[in-house]
Amino acid sequence: MKLTKLLLAVVVSATMLFVSCKPKDADIKANVEKALKADPTMASTTVDVKDGVVTLGGECKDDACKAHCEETAKAVKGVKSVVNNCTVAAPPPPPPASLSTTIDAAKMQQVKDGLKDMAGVTVEFVGDKAVLKGAVTKAQRMTIMQLLASAKVLSDVTGLTEKK
Amino acid sequence: MALQDKYAELLQTATTLGVANLASSEQNGVLHISGTAKSTADYDALWALYDKIDPNMASGDLMMNIDIKADAGAQLKVTTESTNLNIRSTPSTEGEIVGKAAHDEVVTLVEKTDDSWWKIRTADGEEGYAFAQYLSPL
Repeated sequence: MKLTKLLLAVVVSATMLFVSCKPKDADIKANVEKALKADPTMASTTVDVKDGVVTLGGECKDDACKAHCEETAKAVKGVKSVVNNCTVAAPPPPPPASLSTTIDAAKMQQVKDGLKDMAGVTVEFVGDKAVLKGAVTKAQRMTIMQLLASAKVLSDVTGLTEKK
Repeated sequence: MALQDKYAELLQTATTLGVANLASSEQNGVLHISGTAKSTADYDALWALYDKIDPNMASGDLMMNIDIKADAGAQLKVTTESTNLNIRSTPSTEGEIVGKAAHDEVVTLVEKTDDSWWKIRTADGEEGYAFAQYLSPL
């Protein structure tokens, strides 16, 4: 009988504990979600609550956003602590720099410097392009193309012929 | 997006090789690609692929502005055709020649001054600017 009573007491108290915590966590979750939703940049953050400990997940756009999510969650009533598992998306690489490069004197010089050891190759700058002429070996052609690309200079190399 | 299709294999290979900050964009009939290859071997492989897709690279429809990862202190091989590489006092062909590095000599990168000129140091301690086109990171 004693054991049964004891067991009953354990079950009852466990149930009470369970009952008293469960809605609280759910309330906290709802409140944290509400707070985060107020800012569209944090709206996609996921929220989990267990015994007042909030676990944040999902992807933030940057570190500031991640920190802000954490502060926002901490400010909610009933939150004991915050585990911030948000990941920060890698920033997209900037567009290729050659998109906006124009030919200037320095670029022309760079191309000419690179070609100075290649006898018989001439370069003229027409509009936004370097127009090359002359007879080159396969290896020289590769060097020329790499030189033009590193200088970010568009080219017309149809005048380059295979050196016999 | 036709050029993206033409050079799809190249873009795919660049991704596979782990080219950092890989970006591509088409503008006025030219596909611009930029990024930093991990090694000279990767860089050469991409250029060989370009030459394969577009024989002799004659179409003028690709700007492959890819460089090779090299930090200060990296070893660079002098890849002139056969001649010595001039080391100059300033990053320009106007600069006074303060030293020479032999073909195939290995030098140390001090800094990437700009696209075309890198500051280097030879094993003998000669320091100055050399034309980056003739320097390949090891």
